[in-house]
Amino acid sequence: MSIQDTDVLDRLAGIAAGSALDTLRRERPQTRDNVQASYEALFTAADETGIAQSERLVVASFVALLHGGPTAGHYLGLLEAQPNGVALAALLRGLSEHARTSGPYGAYPAGPLSSEDAPGLIFKIEADGRTALGERLATALEHVHQLVFHPRDAKAADFAPLKAAGWSTPAIVTLSQIVAYLSFQIRAAHGLRVLGA
Amino acid sequence: MSSTTLDRPAATVPNVFTQAELGWNAWLDPVPEEALTERQKQGLVDIARAKSPYFRLLAHDPDILRSRTLADKDIFYNTKSGLPRAERELAAAATSRSNGCIYCASVHARFATTFSKRREDVQRLLDEGVGADIDPLWNAIIEASVALTATPIAFGPEHVGKLRDLGLDDLAISDLIHSAAFFNWANRLMLSLGEPEID
Repeated sequence: MSIQDTDVLDRLAGIAAGSALDTLRRERPQTRDNVQASYEALFTAADETGIAQSERLVVASFVALLHGGPTAGHYLGLLEAQPNGVALAALLRGLSEHARTSGPYGAYPAGPLSSEDAPGLIFKIEADGRTALGERLATALEHVHQLVFHPRDAKAADFAPLKAAGWSTPAIVTLSQIVAYLSFQIRAAHGLRVLGA
Repeated sequence: MSSTTLDRPAATVPNVFTQAELGWNAWLDPVPEEALTERQKQGLVDIARAKSPYFRLLAHDPDILRSRTLADKDIFYNTKSGLPRAERELAAAATSRSNGCIYCASVHARFATTFSKRREDVQRLLDEGVGADIDPLWNAIIEASVALTATPIAFGPEHVGKLRDLGLDDLAISDLIHSAAFFNWANRLMLSLGEPEID
């Protein structure tokens, strides 16, 4: 079955045709259709911003592994079907063991909110991992980790290493959308699964 | 189009949560307004958004912008039954307060105030944080939004049970899930692609 054959959020949330949750999602057809169209824009449409399909799946798999839960299996499965995908998937599983933590944390602009500043893991990939992934993906995954767990630490200077590793502005926009969309999709799937239980 | 946005004095960046209108400056070059292609304009959905550097930056990838925007509008504006608009905006504001997105929180706290007419209660969420004790329904909505925002996700049957006990039907709870989940999308873009500015 191709991934276009079915609504991906339904699959991730375990929603069967004709179930109460299916009926409920169909009461918001514009949402349902555009959550699926977002998935297709990021993962099945032809690339126009300079991120290969396998790179998109590496990023999505890593975001899902960082969250834990069943969504990772979907993206890892697609990644493993790519050239070199099995090795990349194994590498990501290993990396995520050291990268998983609890969020959101991070610092606010100095002032009254500084009392809420919460320190946490700043994820760096060691030399072995950088060699295996390549500098372009290694730099991207460090950025991805920040976006998942401590987005309020983001600053303008974060883009310098990405640019140096070959990420153009349109590619950074797509990279950010993949992480942000996954952050939505994983939560929507989790919430609907709990609601339907 | 150069990186002049990087040279702004830090003093103009807000350091508290507020319901005031804020500006937002991109850290990467948006598509210039006069250079927007037809497809990028379709990605904006609403052509008035061509004035926004945020949406013009996202227009570098127009198809995901278009689907994102149409999903956003339906999750928040389609009030055919389900969760009232004020409570959807409250969920967006609570999610933004939890992730620390001062810009997103300002916009959706204002909307929550507009639809609920409860400016002081909304301000307590901003000032005291997500632990503010407001009333049973708002507390439960904030708590559920925050649990869904945590990584690993902490949302569970106890949150659904409490919302049902407070009278929300499953469509309303699904609306809440979508509102909070969607702001985990929006917050990450707003926080990482630029920063707010005091107008």
